[in-house]
Amino acid sequence: MAVKFSKKQKRILRRIITGFIIFIAGELIPFEAFPYGNIIELAVFMGAYIAAGGAVLVKAGKNILNGQVFDENFLMCIATIGAFIVGEYAEGVEVMLFFLVGELFESYAVDKSRRSISGLMDIRPDSARVIRDGVHTEVSPEEVKTGEIIAVYPGERIPLDGIVVSGSSSADTSAMTGESVPRDLNEGDNALSGCINLNGVIEIKVTKEYGQSTVARILELVENSASSKAKTENFITRFAAVYTPLVVGLAAALALIPSIITGEWSVWVYRALTFLVISCPCALVISVPLGFFGGIGAASSNGILIKGSNYLEALADAETVVMDKTGTLTKGSFEVSEICPIDISEEQLLEYAAYAENHSSHPISVSLKRAYGRKIDISRISDAAETAGNGVSAKVDGVLIHAGKSAYISKVTGKSCTAANAHGTVVYVSADNKYIGYILISDQLKEDSEEAVSQLRSCGVKQIVMLTGDSDGAAEYTAARLKLDKVYSELLPDEKVSHVTELKKSTSEKGKLIFVGDGINDAPVLTCADIGIAMGGLGSDAAIEAADVVIMDDKPSKIADAMKIARRTKRIVTQNIIFALGVKAAVLILGALGITGMQAAVFADVGVSVLAILNAVRALRYKRT
Amino acid sequence: MKKTYALRDLDCANCAAKMEAAIKKIDGVKDATVSFMTQKLTIDADDAVFDAVLKKAVKAISKVEPDCEVIL
Repeated sequence: MAVKFSKKQKRILRRIITGFIIFIAGELIPFEAFPYGNIIELAVFMGAYIAAGGAVLVKAGKNILNGQVFDENFLMCIATIGAFIVGEYAEGVEVMLFFLVGELFESYAVDKSRRSISGLMDIRPDSARVIRDGVHTEVSPEEVKTGEIIAVYPGERIPLDGIVVSGSSSADTSAMTGESVPRDLNEGDNALSGCINLNGVIEIKVTKEYGQSTVARILELVENSASSKAKTENFITRFAAVYTPLVVGLAAALALIPSIITGEWSVWVYRALTFLVISCPCALVISVPLGFFGGIGAASSNGILIKGSNYLEALADAETVVMDKTGTLTKGSFEVSEICPIDISEEQLLEYAAYAENHSSHPISVSLKRAYGRKIDISRISDAAETAGNGVSAKVDGVLIHAGKSAYISKVTGKSCTAANAHGTVVYVSADNKYIGYILISDQLKEDSEEAVSQLRSCGVKQIVMLTGDSDGAAEYTAARLKLDKVYSELLPDEKVSHVTELKKSTSEKGKLIFVGDGINDAPVLTCADIGIAMGGLGSDAAIEAADVVIMDDKPSKIADAMKIARRTKRIVTQNIIFALGVKAAVLILGALGITGMQAAVFADVGVSVLAILNAVRALRYKRT
Repeated sequence: MKKTYALRDLDCANCAAKMEAAIKKIDGVKDATVSFMTQKLTIDADDAVFDAVLKKAVKAISKVEPDCEVIL
């Protein structure tokens, strides 16, 4: 590991080295042998002290002029000068040196962790290769306007959102979604900024300026996430504000009261000075936001964007998870899942249905045609007609085909017809007014929906509920397959809101309610839940706007990951708080009893900070299991 | 109007909290954050008084931590 210091850190390092050399000299010289040995000794240690801590003294002085009484520099100065006054020259210098070493470590550790977190989010494109008048020019992404064509070479990051106009390739979206399987990019496909072009040269017609592009929006979101603070963070800030005055007050009491009683001034003043050394709450104040920031970083690298540490903290206490069906648990694309012919072959039934529905652009007919898979020969169709909301009719090879709802076909055939298990949309078909069977079209579960539910349960989620605008049959079927606790179907958007409000009442006081939707028509529900999670954030502006947490790659199993990251982060933050307070309290007590001296107090101050920072950085490392 | 500025040499989390508190007290500031982690200052203030507010904010920052610089 190469250690690289910033200018400021180098300055501190120089002070430590000079101070230390003079200090060693002071320790080695036998001052008793000289006339006025005492004064020389004081001068040498003063020299060491000023070489090391001169800048701290100056800073403390400046801060006092600015009205910052309880500044750590000032307190450190009082403590060390106090040590000189009670005759502990060496200790005064030592404490100042320790303090500086701690500062150096602290600053280095914070820098390093800050860099490793932002390294995770290093998706900012450096330049764009724009084609103007047939010439490739490299410009900064901000300079490219919509409608211009950019070329992206293999290995390069796609700088702006756009549509592929020529070439084909695949894109590594892992920086954006955490998904390792590359996406294909062909002519006409949407190319998202931030992804890496893997194998072929592609030309992209820019559809969004840099500021509006996915990559810029995500970066902005992550950078602003630090501004919504978690409760713990606010608590620590408030605590810090009273902690310092409290410890300083205790120090004053310790210096005065026992001294007046016993008359042993130097003993008690010295003990009081150790209090001043540990009066800075820095370990707490640094490590708590750092931990949350690390957690947010870990989530981003897994394709989960969290808009603030308050949401990360709330995720750890999720008790009820409410999910939308279409687009969240299911793919939202309708596919033929069952063909039930009567007296004819499956292929024949599907062919009739696909031909009859050929003129309709309804999603149902699209999926019929997709399932049929062959080209429709239009010359075979005549007399096509559509009865809105009911069904279609057409002559296919001279046979009169009707296809549509149960009531529609019943009317045509004169007999009632119903499908056995209608967990989807059923298309009934008749040929020459005779019922020939039905085709079931249903939404498909996402591959990881079942895993998502079981993971949530193992995370301790008490209740998993599904809300959907879809039909009862389809909803019940999905809920039963996923073993959900409750399901409410055929809901209008405002009914979803009232159900969520109702469910929120049934969660315990500390427990939180998560709503997961696709973010497009769920905006009101997303805002009403404690935490709104939107799916499929990649490319969808609405989702990014409305939700508190965005899952980039559509996978419902990421909800459990988000919760696990949240819990881990919270555990680390709690460890830090307990550790820092515990060590400080212990050193305060031992210091008051005279068992430990100032050196231990310095450790309790800066050493604990460094350890807490190192612990906080662990929040960054989360591995999916 | 909401604007974000980068901060240089902000190296104490407690100072960041102090700065934030001080800036929030400035007249005309709707909201302000000083993020120690991202080294950024965000001020939300009325357009009319924004420049004046910014000047006061810069002063408030140097009062808490003389070494810290706002990159304008």
